[in-house]
Amino acid sequence: MKSFEFYEPTTLAEASRLFAEEHAQLLAGGTDIIIGMKALTETPETVISLQKIPGLTGITTDSDSINIGAMTKVREVELSADIQQHHTALAEGAAEIGSIQIRNLATIGGNIAHASPAADTVAGLLVADAQVDIASADGERSVPIDKLFTGPGQTVLTPGEIITRFRLPSPASCSHYIKHKLREVMDLAFIGRAAAVILDNGTITDARIGLAAVAPTPIRAVEAEDLLNGNAPTAELLEQAGEAAAAGCSPISDLRCSAEHRREMVDVLTRRTLQYALERASA
Amino acid sequence: MAKLPVNLTVNGDEHDLLIEPRKTLLAVLRDTVGLTGTKEGCSTGDCGACTVIVDGKAVTSCMVLGVTASGKEITTIEGLASDGELHPVQQAFINTGGYQCGFCTPGFIMASKALIDENPDRTEEEFRHALGGNICRCTGYTKILEAVLKAAEEIRTTA
Repeated sequence: MKSFEFYEPTTLAEASRLFAEEHAQLLAGGTDIIIGMKALTETPETVISLQKIPGLTGITTDSDSINIGAMTKVREVELSADIQQHHTALAEGAAEIGSIQIRNLATIGGNIAHASPAADTVAGLLVADAQVDIASADGERSVPIDKLFTGPGQTVLTPGEIITRFRLPSPASCSHYIKHKLREVMDLAFIGRAAAVILDNGTITDARIGLAAVAPTPIRAVEAEDLLNGNAPTAELLEQAGEAAAAGCSPISDLRCSAEHRREMVDVLTRRTLQYALERASA
Repeated sequence: MAKLPVNLTVNGDEHDLLIEPRKTLLAVLRDTVGLTGTKEGCSTGDCGACTVIVDGKAVTSCMVLGVTASGKEITTIEGLASDGELHPVQQAFINTGGYQCGFCTPGFIMASKALIDENPDRTEEEFRHALGGNICRCTGYTKILEAVLKAAEEIRTTA
């Protein structure tokens, strides 16, 4: 690892000012960045730890949303009774990351800011319609999670901007996450996907499908959602939704699996996650 | 960069150290504090050999900067025995032969201890899944799992 200047600011304004400089790197849980720094793929001149800034950790509930601080450990997200109950796909996605030792370090903010198309928490946040709160020395703003990513490792965040919080609006729908992978633990997703549905008298009123690792950024399967909304969930409809989701993604071939396989599995797994989410919604 | 002052509590002993920010907690424990029981395997968080317990949570110490552990309580394999008595997890690994070359053993024991502290009532399948971040290239895991289950049972019944 190359040498760097290390800072532990105690305010967001100070962290933002330091982070706006060139070759600066934020440190949240460290589980991505420290590995990159060891491999010399990341060679920051300054590293700014967010650990000492108050107010960035923890899960709170208010009247219209569940709020997750960006520095909240992924393990805490996974084990939170509120997240498990109201945003099941997010809890299930968090539980898929690395090992317990890694989830005790990794933060949800880091998992999202790293902007991997395969991040395990992203599909759950997509179907929760999460708002991403962002702070900088100039002020605050909020971006919907499906507008955050611009490419692999790329986001709309400008120099000095720091993700502070995820707000998950209520009422939550019933959701489910499936990670298509080779190993039971410690693996990257071939495909990660979540589905959420709200059922009203047997009709789907709000279907949301989040897809990871099948396009340059995590995406919502909008065409499939449009097909579902306003209709009763029949086997035929779910099949059409699966086909629409597969047609709407743009996967790559890599050493984990081929684009053709990914596309085929998007079809299959869309139907399957929808089925699970519908079972939960009617239970 | 200049070294920074760091205060670590390791196995109950306070250490005031000056360390380079780029040193991992693993490197600080082994090279500065001089406790070499914690092992470096892959150095990328995949194998779990470097598992230590920080403020009650098992973490891979190769992914933590030593400077960020300042003020925290760290337990390593050297800190488990007390008054000359091995910890039940250590004793169970010996009794069942839950190791061969021994390199992964400190990491497995620390991860297992944290899991049992959190919830000793896990099923075999749950322990197997929860230990997925620890790799052993010798044993095939059967004896390790047997040791963990025995230790959990003992801790359950004596608690």
